[in-house]
Amino acid sequence: MSTPPPRRPGLPPVAIVIGALFFIGLVGLMLYGVVRSGASDRDVLPSALIGKPAPEFVLPVLHDPSVQFGAADLRGAPYLINVWGSWCAACRDEHPVLTAFAQTKRVRVVGYNWRDEPEDALRWLDRYGNPFFVVVADKEGRYALDWGVAGAPESFLVDAQGQVRWKFTGPLTDEVVKTQLLPVLDTLERAQ
Amino acid sequence: MLPELGQILLVLALLVAILQSVLPLAGAQRGNAAWMAVARPASYAQLVLVAGAFALLTWAFVAQDFSVRYVAENSNSLLPMEFRFMAVWGSHEGSLLLWVLMLTVWSAAVALYSRALPETVVARVLGVIGLVSICFLSFMVFTSNPFDRLLPAPAEGRDLNPLLQDRGMMIHPPMLYVGYIGFVVPFAFAIAALLDGHIDVRWLRWSRPWTNIAWAFLTVGILLGSWWAYYELGWGGWWFWDPVENASFMPWLVGAALIHSQAATEKRGSFNSWTLLLAIAAFSLSLLGAFLVRSGVLTSVHSFAADPARGLFILAFLALVIGGSLLLYVLRAPRLEDGRPFAGASRETLLLLNNLLLTAACAMVLLGTLYPLLADALGLGKVSVGPPYFGLMFVLLMAPLVALIPFGPLTKWQRDNLGKPLKMLLPWAGLALVLAAIAYFMAPQGRLKTAAGVLAAAWVTLGTLRFIWTRVRANGRFTPEMTGMIIAHLGVAVFLVGALLVEAQNVLREVAMKPGQTVEVGAYRFEFQGVDEKEGPNYLSDRGHVQVFHNDRPLALLHPEKRAYASGGQVMTDAGIHAGVFADVLVSLGEPLGDDAWALRLHVKPFVRWVWAGALLMALGGLVTAGDRRFRRVREKSE
Repeated sequence: MSTPPPRRPGLPPVAIVIGALFFIGLVGLMLYGVVRSGASDRDVLPSALIGKPAPEFVLPVLHDPSVQFGAADLRGAPYLINVWGSWCAACRDEHPVLTAFAQTKRVRVVGYNWRDEPEDALRWLDRYGNPFFVVVADKEGRYALDWGVAGAPESFLVDAQGQVRWKFTGPLTDEVVKTQLLPVLDTLERAQ
Repeated sequence: MLPELGQILLVLALLVAILQSVLPLAGAQRGNAAWMAVARPASYAQLVLVAGAFALLTWAFVAQDFSVRYVAENSNSLLPMEFRFMAVWGSHEGSLLLWVLMLTVWSAAVALYSRALPETVVARVLGVIGLVSICFLSFMVFTSNPFDRLLPAPAEGRDLNPLLQDRGMMIHPPMLYVGYIGFVVPFAFAIAALLDGHIDVRWLRWSRPWTNIAWAFLTVGILLGSWWAYYELGWGGWWFWDPVENASFMPWLVGAALIHSQAATEKRGSFNSWTLLLAIAAFSLSLLGAFLVRSGVLTSVHSFAADPARGLFILAFLALVIGGSLLLYVLRAPRLEDGRPFAGASRETLLLLNNLLLTAACAMVLLGTLYPLLADALGLGKVSVGPPYFGLMFVLLMAPLVALIPFGPLTKWQRDNLGKPLKMLLPWAGLALVLAAIAYFMAPQGRLKTAAGVLAAAWVTLGTLRFIWTRVRANGRFTPEMTGMIIAHLGVAVFLVGALLVEAQNVLREVAMKPGQTVEVGAYRFEFQGVDEKEGPNYLSDRGHVQVFHNDRPLALLHPEKRAYASGGQVMTDAGIHAGVFADVLVSLGEPLGDDAWALRLHVKPFVRWVWAGALLMALGGLVTAGDRRFRRVREKSE
């Protein structure tokens, strides 16, 4: 440090400016990512179904496979359809929330048992309780594609006319029910 | 009481880290020898404190103290003993503790093996490591305390993620972390050099083995991760360009560049400020990797749970460390001495090309990894960047690198006539082409890729052998440094065989089979014998039995499994694998189709082992080079 070498010109200012901008941009992007990572709808693909008629389906009822049940049977009043599977750990997490919501009896809660073994699904319901109005079993995932289901759990709110009004990907929480589901439901009921 | 003791140890470690950074750094600036002398003991003390905390957390797992939240969330009473040890780093808090433990190990190692360095340098290097340690320890103490209590204690824990209940996974994170954090040494050295205002070749020589060792461990860590994904996820692939994989791959690429540029700087004094920048970049990318994995910014199959508070903390610290060191670089780097000039045709130029290609590859990976986030931020919609982008870009950037490898060792420093190495290598290039042509006509499928793989591998191998031959003929000695280089370059060749041939020759058949049925795939015949139930320590599984024949000779009886863990959660598939030098055979069990029939995936993957063998050779090369005695002779030369 005592005898510094002859000074050379510093880095070109352009390089410094570009470098600084790049760095700030990167930090900004990360900041955006971090803030977003808290948002529950982060990985949600905006559902193309909102405002559209709910896809038709006809599936066997889990508790009695000889009975076929479909979207047409649900017309006339709003319902919440919840995609779940006994293999899905997050479904277990949301189960108490879903149960509490179902107990308010505001709308019917329909279970859509997705890619599951019927025995496993029944055992799961025995163990954790069955809040569902009815559970349909889509073992091969036949209709999941129409609904745009990417993973479980997912929940859709369908109105009396059979239009999808709201969709949520991931486990429902009390927060989500309070801030998202109930307000949509309120507007639905007011419209009637 | 013990968990509280662990917490106290961590807080003490944080205080010692503050001592380790503030006093020595200030001392080095003011020439106060007593302050500088704090660095070494502080660094040992930190190791003891953190190791103590780590031992206490391990004990909490072994003794199954579910009153500790972290233990309750990551283990349960059925968890076999060996996995209780690895559950310590099975999730965010514990792996952070492991990270800090590794950091203190490196720090203590530097303290121990730096007797030959001037005191000011040691003080600065340890001081910078101390700063990093402050960041991580405060992150842990303030946002991610592994010793948090969960009262009243639950009777049963939630269990370790079944995906992680595997022996390979047990050593993957420690290896990876040793590598990640090892880059703190060249980083701290670079900062020390910038603070000091000049680079001493002797210190640089001293820091080289550290970079090599860190890089070798990182290589092994990545290799284990890839191997784990291969057999545990049961998809049959070995690399997925997943954000978490990319996070470890970026520092690896820059680390590889750093190894080469450090050699040039040490021997010739060339591009020394570039070497410093690379050292900063390698560690910054390690930190970025840690951030990406822990913050939940990117979604990935194996990242930790998201928590914005943690993300913000680690981001602030990332911006501080990286921004601070880059600022220091901008201010100080122009004052560094120039190295000796070199001509266009010289080994320096080749190393520069190597560096440009490796860093470009790293930039490419960074862009691909962050692009989905960028697109989301700019409102361009949700996109995912997958193997098509990475695969293409990577091949484009790596092909010239592979082509250049044999030239490097054969070209002289400073100035050379490029015609000479070219003439030496020409016949071997011809031979490689002939081999590629033979491969092209012999390959049952994927001819072009097979030929490309053989060409690249043969070229690197033959070119490297040509170097050995030149050296032997000239009666030259093979220093460990040189031997390491040769091993690593041959490792690249072996890796190329694996990566390209498995891609070209791999066969996958998805079939439905009933017991007694057979299916032929190439020279292999699979006979399905049925499925039975098996009870593991903490899971129930459907276990299939598949007899594999190769050319009608029995090869192996494979047992693919589908496991349902007692703690619930998703069903894990465990492929049955027969490993072979020239081909792996994989069977994984799909869904039962009724009537005793099962869906099965039959995989034949030629040369897949070569991928990992190549990576192992590269790591070995790094270690052998690090063992060169020359690096340890710092003092004698300086006097």
